Amino acid sequence: MNYKMISYVLGYVLKIEAAFMTLALVVSLIYKESSALAIGITMAITLATGFLLGSFKLENKVIHVKEGLITVALSWLVMSLLGTLPFYLSGAIPSYLDGFFEVVSGFTTTGASILTDIESLPKGILFWRSFTHWLGGMGILVFVLAILPMTTGHSLHLMRAESPGPETSKLVPNMAKTAKILYTIYFVLTILEIIALMIAGMNLYDAAVHAFGTAGTGGFSVRNASIAAYDSVSVDVIITVFMILFGVNFSLYYLLLAKNFAQVFRSEELRIYLGTIFVAIIIVTWNVLPLYSSLAESLRFSSFQVGSIITTTGFATTDTDVWPQLSKTVLILLMFFGASAGSTGGGLKAVRVLLLFKIAKRNLNKLLHPNTVKIVKLDGKRVSEDTVSGVKTFFLIYLLITAFSVLFVSLDGFDLETTSTAVFACINNIGPGFGMVGATGNYSAFSDFSKIILAFNMLVGRLEVYPMLILFIPSIWRKA
Amino acid sequence: MKIVIVGSGNVGYHLADLLVDEGHDIVVIDNHTETLRQRTETLDIIGVDWDGSFFDVQMEADVPNADLLIAVTQRDEVNMLCCLLAKKLGASRTIARVRNPEYSRQLYLLKDELGLSMSINPELAAAREIARILKFPSALKIDTLAKGIVELVQFKLYPDNPLVNKDLHSISNKYAHNILISAVERDNDVHMPTGSYILKADDKVHIVGKSQDITRFFKSINKFLPQSKHILIVGGGHITYHLARQIIAMGMKVKIIENSKKRCEELCEILPKANIVQGDGTDKDLLRAEKLSGVDSFIALTGSDEANLIVSMFAKSQNVPKVITKINRTDYFDVMQKLGIDCVISQQFITSNTIARYVRAMQNTVGNSVETLYKIINDKAEALEFIAKNNTKHLGEPLHKLKLKENLLIAALVRAGKLIIPDGNDVIKINDNVIVVTTKKKLSDLNDIFA
Repeated sequence: MNYKMISYVLGYVLKIEAAFMTLALVVSLIYKESSALAIGITMAITLATGFLLGSFKLENKVIHVKEGLITVALSWLVMSLLGTLPFYLSGAIPSYLDGFFEVVSGFTTTGASILTDIESLPKGILFWRSFTHWLGGMGILVFVLAILPMTTGHSLHLMRAESPGPETSKLVPNMAKTAKILYTIYFVLTILEIIALMIAGMNLYDAAVHAFGTAGTGGFSVRNASIAAYDSVSVDVIITVFMILFGVNFSLYYLLLAKNFAQVFRSEELRIYLGTIFVAIIIVTWNVLPLYSSLAESLRFSSFQVGSIITTTGFATTDTDVWPQLSKTVLILLMFFGASAGSTGGGLKAVRVLLLFKIAKRNLNKLLHPNTVKIVKLDGKRVSEDTVSGVKTFFLIYLLITAFSVLFVSLDGFDLETTSTAVFACINNIGPGFGMVGATGNYSAFSDFSKIILAFNMLVGRLEVYPMLILFIPSIWRKA
Repeated sequence: MKIVIVGSGNVGYHLADLLVDEGHDIVVIDNHTETLRQRTETLDIIGVDWDGSFFDVQMEADVPNADLLIAVTQRDEVNMLCCLLAKKLGASRTIARVRNPEYSRQLYLLKDELGLSMSINPELAAAREIARILKFPSALKIDTLAKGIVELVQFKLYPDNPLVNKDLHSISNKYAHNILISAVERDNDVHMPTGSYILKADDKVHIVGKSQDITRFFKSINKFLPQSKHILIVGGGHITYHLARQIIAMGMKVKIIENSKKRCEELCEILPKANIVQGDGTDKDLLRAEKLSGVDSFIALTGSDEANLIVSMFAKSQNVPKVITKINRTDYFDVMQKLGIDCVISQQFITSNTIARYVRAMQNTVGNSVETLYKIINDKAEALEFIAKNNTKHLGEPLHKLKLKENLLIAALVRAGKLIIPDGNDVIKINDNVIVVTTKKKLSDLNDIFA
């Protein structure tokens, strides 16, 4: 195990985190808040830790698969542990564990909150809270890859461990260029949303934090009532559109820019993703029609909610707890469906669901005609058997972790709806579930143990299981 | 530049590694899924999994927008077809590896039709390199620059060498007339030595100079070996054929041990002056019977690295003055050197050297582009040759006033066919061949040497 290289990359991650905290510090200073001190101290600690970890002399820069997974898992843990400090030191969140839960929820773009009165927090702190979404959405290691010169292809292991989806490939041969392209697309889309929200009447601060929340498909708002607080049709529509845009595989945007339209239209994942959104909106709109005064209003709320859940963002414009059971069930299913691979969203990912259906179809067919030979195809290309079994294993482990987490969280003694949707909403990186953790509720009532389990779930969901699980395999830490 | 490489065998892999290092965007095509997967995990490249001579595959690899396609698959025909297709699709340049001597001979007829910018025959190139060493066995490696006027010679300092534990100042006063010690390899590191640098045993030293001056230098330190006369070669492949043809013409006596009867007969036919022995070249008794201990040079050229290594070690133990070993896998070079196998030939290095030089020259078509480029010390350093033109900076300024990049040495100037080993007072003039040794990579213009 190349501990020095892991430490070196960790150090780099922390230096970048400290650099990004400058933004929160500036916001704090503009609003002349005392929390600036807490952010400043955190920056100093983070930077010092970063330099300490990066002070080794590197003998080799080789990262194998397991180093890649461990680097990513540890980066996210360390980043969260230090990212908690602004909340803790400023007294905004008195308990360190609660703060950790909030920051993990931020970085993993979950958006599950333990705060009961968000609006009472300093603006600088809330800015940092929302900015963790933006940073976690595309992934901090992808950012590291964009600026850290690593000429070996081993860096692919880092990107693969952090980027969601069953198969990660580069857009262009050069890793740093790929990472730069991804971040440029991400950045430009975010800026576009900020501008759109400002035109719709938000001030710069509100527009920025909500754009971060949308871009990372996170869902932290600075208002207690989330997006409902603005009660504006144009804001709802803008956020709905951008949530869905950020749930699309970013490599498709690159193909669009490269004018390779044919390949974009050929993408089965894009079609199934948009198709599912379309069907879900129709069902929910029809189902909740009696609750609202007009079809237009019903469409507005249902499309926002469908977009918010399938992209695993978790913004709310209405209290979905009062919706009929059919709509709630549709939303719960969408939680697992998730956004596209290679997007900033969570969940199982549309492409995996699609592949699972194809695999099931093939295996059923095999049952009837034992001698037929069939391969699984995606976008007209053969999917390797490695990927096929990878998707099946992933699905299994994902469900097992979900099941055990529900078991552990049920120790708190809440009702089934609260317990199960809390876990679903965390592992799929959505945020709000139903019942006590619904659109109007929060996670503050859970015990410390449950909060740790749920935070673990969020990391499992965002990093797609393996990096987090590998930390618990003893043989990884042995020398030989 | 965008470069597509077809074939990810030894040569393709080494090439991709080298070109990624120089900052190019590399796409590798190979129909062997498993190898390709490994390559994409260790190198910063994209892999396309299928046959490189197929239209769809080349489209997927974006060949129409590529600056260069290099075809280095196992088969000559596939390589040529890949290049033909790539050219039709719009790739700017193409390079094919063509190994079969029959094809190479007719290639000049086909080169234009195939749209080939260059073809390489690694076996022929390797044979040429071995032949140069046999002419001057004191060296481990000889490269020529400035149309043969300058030689870059690598040799190893054994503990009995009089240069050991001496500093460069005293060496140049006592032995080194008109030559320059330009780079030293020690413990896998490259040192660009200055006057107070002390040479140690087991250093690999690179010197630059004229052929006669280098010979004089080796004679003065009593390490001169005359041109080999009796050569024993194990293995009868393409390299052996090319090599034997060349050295027989130089008047050497060649004996070849080859296992396959059929190949032996072929060799008899095409190399009438060589002595062909059929048998297992790794058989100790056979080697003894063929008077291994009496030859001047022993060359292991079988297809198996392991066999080459073991027979070379045996030849060393029999006190053969010069042992040359062909190795395909380059990653164990350092271990082999510890075992005393220090004169190693690798087609991969030779091929990638040639192509790297071509690519470097392609990058710079307007300025003072690279005339010659040699990768030395396992690719860790380079010797480059440029021609100074009127857009070269600092013409006519004394060298000691110039600010050069770190770890960079102007090793020699060639003016009107005459070699100048420069000191601080010399100047670069227009039309000079400037020879630079450096650990910096990516130099593609003479003006790049200035800090």
